[in-house]
Amino acid sequence: MITFGFCPRLIAGLFVAVLALNVTTVAGADTLQEPTIEQRLTDLEAYVNNEARTEDVAGKINGAGPGHNAWMMTAAALVLFMTLPGLALFYGGLVRKRNVLSVLAQCLGITGLVTILWWAVGYSFVFAPGNAILGGFKFAFLQEVGSQPNPDYAGWVSQNVFAMFQMMFAIITPALIVGAVAERMKYAAVLLFVALWMLVVYFPLAHMVWGADGLMNGVWNSAARIKSIDFAGGTVVHMSSGWSALLLCLIVGKRLGFGKVIMAPHSMVLCMIGTGMLWVGWYGFNAGSALAADGVAANAFMTTTLAAAVASVAWAGAEWILRGKPSVLGFCSGVVAGLVVVTPACGFITANGAIIIGLLAGFVSFCACWKLKAALGYDDALDTFGVHAVGGTLGALLTGLLATTEANANLAINLKEIVGRTLWVHQLAAIGITLALALIGTVAIAYLVKFTVGLRPSAEEEMQGLDLVDHGEAGYLLD
Amino acid sequence: MKMIEAIIKPFKLEDVKEALAAIGVEGMTVSEVKGFGRQKGHTEIYRGSEYTVDFLPKIKLEIVVTDAQVEAALKAVAAAAHTGKIGDGKLFVFPIEQAVRIRTAERDDQAI
Repeated sequence: MITFGFCPRLIAGLFVAVLALNVTTVAGADTLQEPTIEQRLTDLEAYVNNEARTEDVAGKINGAGPGHNAWMMTAAALVLFMTLPGLALFYGGLVRKRNVLSVLAQCLGITGLVTILWWAVGYSFVFAPGNAILGGFKFAFLQEVGSQPNPDYAGWVSQNVFAMFQMMFAIITPALIVGAVAERMKYAAVLLFVALWMLVVYFPLAHMVWGADGLMNGVWNSAARIKSIDFAGGTVVHMSSGWSALLLCLIVGKRLGFGKVIMAPHSMVLCMIGTGMLWVGWYGFNAGSALAADGVAANAFMTTTLAAAVASVAWAGAEWILRGKPSVLGFCSGVVAGLVVVTPACGFITANGAIIIGLLAGFVSFCACWKLKAALGYDDALDTFGVHAVGGTLGALLTGLLATTEANANLAINLKEIVGRTLWVHQLAAIGITLALALIGTVAIAYLVKFTVGLRPSAEEEMQGLDLVDHGEAGYLLD
Repeated sequence: MKMIEAIIKPFKLEDVKEALAAIGVEGMTVSEVKGFGRQKGHTEIYRGSEYTVDFLPKIKLEIVVTDAQVEAALKAVAAAAHTGKIGDGKLFVFPIEQAVRIRTAERDDQAI
């Protein structure tokens, strides 16, 4: 045993000695400031621990840290996987057979459209230095966005990887909205609405919450007026899309025959496959939002799992008790609700916090889709409001109540005084701003689209199904 | 010759097929159909939405037999498809004028 313990230490000692010798020689021959072994080791430890690099010392690691970069590329791909095909199948299975392709086409079209917007101005508006509301033009057309990290956000991740990771969030957010207006909105109207909505609602909101100089970036911006926190997008992604979805579905109007004809999902199997993909992809979304392969990511991975599982059982359990049977759609909806609610909290809470979130997520969202929807009578076709708006809002509030420095030391940087005390008040303020921006933006854009290209197909086209009318294809040729 | 059209519960198909084979009936045509009688439909719930589905899945059998076999075939099908619960189905008997076996050109009783 002693020999085994001794050997590596001896080798390590020799290694350091040899290195030290080399450095002495180089330092003697060259007048340029060469980092000492100590400084290089500090730099290396900063990489391993995901800490900021020391500014005045040039380490010898050129560019991003490979481990963090590898995880963030994986995470970015996982978040894309949530939309294509996760969300596409989740939503696609829930519509009637004649509209399945329209949902897939909306997800595909939004992915391309938002990518182009992101390249042109989106990334810059969100993450370039600007004011508290909107970023500037510094990174427009992704200029200056290369493989070197941007230490404002992630010191060990290439900025191009960071930009692509954040872009996947920008893609899935408007894709969530289409669930509320599924089966009855013209394809051109969807794309025009989304393009304008990104510019008016998403880019400013994402900058306010995540931009280094953002109005509501409580964790990192010491000058933030509203010291709220949102780990992976409870306000930016779920509240914004969910509340916008409600207004858009009210403005677009109900599907023809709503309440009279059967509008049951055409394939619960596709829906369940999509749910599984969403859950897997959500690890990129939540754990990836740590922007490093570090302990915060590890904690988010755990809390995400717990909340999703508990909410799934809570939703289906509530169905079983109150309505007699646990349904596959109940389990699936519970999974998504749990993931939505834990999104803003996942990097800030402990395992027990995640269990509380899971229970509330499952039960509250279930009641929203069961009672609230029936009481108010709106036709939110795929329950974007019931799951994403209700869940996102609940999550933003619960994050304020359950966040703890025990789970994430970064909360002690600027928020030491309010975490566990008045953080929830700041969360309420963030909820209010998100609501106002989403609601006002959506109403303005929806009416603009209505009076230009028009929102709906003709009644005859709607009855025929959007697959044939808008895309000239049928989802299933054999039946 | 007579044709028996039997509407039965889907899970009873195997029992009915065996019962008919036991009395020497050697052929049948089977279709998956939807419909309702006194049983009416059922309710499906998808989150907040409840739908009453009027048409239930059933199996329709078309069996052509000789006049002598009709009674035995009716009894066999009725016994095999019986559960005693609502929705067991119905049997209809039609006269058949002619029958031809395509391969051999045999006619009527020889053809079925």
